[in-house]
Amino acid sequence: MYEWMVTARYYEERLQEEYLEGKQPAFDISAGPIPGELHLAAGHESSAAGVVSHLRDSDTVTAPHRPHHVAIAKGVDLDRMTAEIFGRETGLGKGKGGHMHLFDPDVNFACSGIIAQGVPPAVGAALAAKKRNTDDIAVAFLGEGAIDQGAFLESLNLAKVQDLPVVFVIEDNDWAISMPKERITDVQDGSRRGEGHDIPHERVGHDDAVEVFEAAREAIGRARDDNGPSILEVQVHRRMGHFMGDAEAYRPEEDKEAAQMRDSIERLEATMEDAGITADERDSIRTDAQERVDDAIAWAKDQPEPEPDAAYEDVFTNPPSGVTDAEPATDGGETQ
Amino acid sequence: MTDRERTMSRAMVDAIAHEMRENEEVFVMGEDVADYEGIFDSTTGLREEFGYDRVMDVPISETAFIGAGVGAAQSGMRPIVELMFADFFGVAMDQIYNNMAKNTYMSGGNVSVPMTLMTAVGGTYNDAAQHSQTLYGTFAHLPGMKVVVPSTAYDAKGLMHNAIRDDDPVVYMFHKRLMGLGWMPAPDGPKTPVPEEDYTIPFGSADVKREGDDVTVVTLGLHVHRALEAAEELADEVDVEVIDLRTLVPLDTETILESVRKTGNLVVVDEDYQSFGVTGEITARVAEAALEDLEGVKRLAIPDVPIPYARPLENEVLPGTDDIVQTIRSLDPVRSLSP
Repeated sequence: MYEWMVTARYYEERLQEEYLEGKQPAFDISAGPIPGELHLAAGHESSAAGVVSHLRDSDTVTAPHRPHHVAIAKGVDLDRMTAEIFGRETGLGKGKGGHMHLFDPDVNFACSGIIAQGVPPAVGAALAAKKRNTDDIAVAFLGEGAIDQGAFLESLNLAKVQDLPVVFVIEDNDWAISMPKERITDVQDGSRRGEGHDIPHERVGHDDAVEVFEAAREAIGRARDDNGPSILEVQVHRRMGHFMGDAEAYRPEEDKEAAQMRDSIERLEATMEDAGITADERDSIRTDAQERVDDAIAWAKDQPEPEPDAAYEDVFTNPPSGVTDAEPATDGGETQ
Repeated sequence: MTDRERTMSRAMVDAIAHEMRENEEVFVMGEDVADYEGIFDSTTGLREEFGYDRVMDVPISETAFIGAGVGAAQSGMRPIVELMFADFFGVAMDQIYNNMAKNTYMSGGNVSVPMTLMTAVGGTYNDAAQHSQTLYGTFAHLPGMKVVVPSTAYDAKGLMHNAIRDDDPVVYMFHKRLMGLGWMPAPDGPKTPVPEEDYTIPFGSADVKREGDDVTVVTLGLHVHRALEAAEELADEVDVEVIDLRTLVPLDTETILESVRKTGNLVVVDEDYQSFGVTGEITARVAEAALEDLEGVKRLAIPDVPIPYARPLENEVLPGTDDIVQTIRSLDPVRSLSP
């Protein structure tokens, strides 16, 4: 868990540096080596580490638009993921998806850039596992700002009524873009949405990876043993803005400071210390992780950008006859 | 070819049942598909043969079950998901146009979504603006989905076999009026001989349903039959060719161009809204590629109003056989028939 968490944290710190290159002093979203928006998850690491520890490659995970920490824990190819974020040809999606749309079918990882909309496909993966009579499960990650969405609420009902092996993991970072949690819901414990659907639920009220690990073991065990869906909510913290470049003018200074103070990684380090794991051993893990990240970023930046003509490829797995690669769809021929 | 006649709904179901027998990974999921057997007879008999595990009734939660179809398809299964009316797609549109249609592209081709999303379209039975749309253009406009619109039982079966076997998401839109429902009589035409064995009709192959030298009528769905009626009515005056598109994505532009180069006159008939729709797309493609061959162009579609309820109002806005006749006449095509 520690390795994933420090990898994810350092990865995001490095991405932040890379992202800001060329975008300062006046923030210009279209400048610099990383295209588009960038939503970082620093402060969320404990939920991914604690939950994904119990998963195997054949289990499916869907992540929201803030996906890196979950992807790293799930074992998504770090080099190709980084190349995708830099918009390179060798990226997971050949540069067509970007950071919010990472797909790695080798480890059954997907995500969606739309709030709560990655949840129904997780239910579908769980449905497929059940129909095929495997003991694979699915986990859908979503934010606390997403749990009022119909996609989530419909998914709870469908998963329950079909007894599907799926765990819904709510990452509560207290902020839905600029809306503080207290202004969007009167229910402080989002996992209680499960009560209306008779779904077992638990909230871990602070970002202690060990506690998340224990709670996730129960929820995932239930799914794996064919005992239906569960909800697990984890209190995490948003150490950065909603997206890179977000000045967070809406956010009280003390809230930002509080988020910086609480640190799941330091908490886990204290736990490790108590367990007799030395600072040297931790440093070694951290150094290896940082090296891996630096290598991935260096490799990714060295990758070529896609040829413009590649924009016409991959619309379909089975392109209709008459559709040729690298052919614009506006030439009046038999295309589309 | 056999003489065994089938309604369009029966032909569709035959294809689904065949694919379900051949492939354990094919299943059907939707509202009222099991016990009710599909409100437009699109799943009749399937639950009896395959049971509730493979023919699943689901809660009225379109986002959840269409999204679950996407997830199951990405996991390698071949779900056939039905959402009763194309009009209802709005509540689940994100799953349709952001996940089902785009995940293949965004993954750089690493993810396939072999899913068939079937739905009923069309008016002509006074069900008003939320239950009578066709919305062909909406789905053909959004890249990443193949869009199928059968007009006969023969085509419905072959296209359904293709849809289920295809590795991509297919939106299969059947017109209620063509299904052969007891409570909604079909015109002559959709009930055709249908071979018992399986066969496929390649996507992107428009069918010349009637040959003619003077005017090309391009259409799809119910309006294939209306155009054929109009052509018969005009048979003494003008020689009309009727092209049934059969699929909108991919679109068989070549067959249309070939016909227009022969006739010089184009009429496009569509039951969808006129603006920014199928009629605009077809005429634009012909103008781009065969402008010099074109003598006259007309389009006939719903004139950009929601579909009204009362019979005289709906009749006014839906393109009828008479409307097609008048439109063809208005082109004043040079008659090539022998006197």
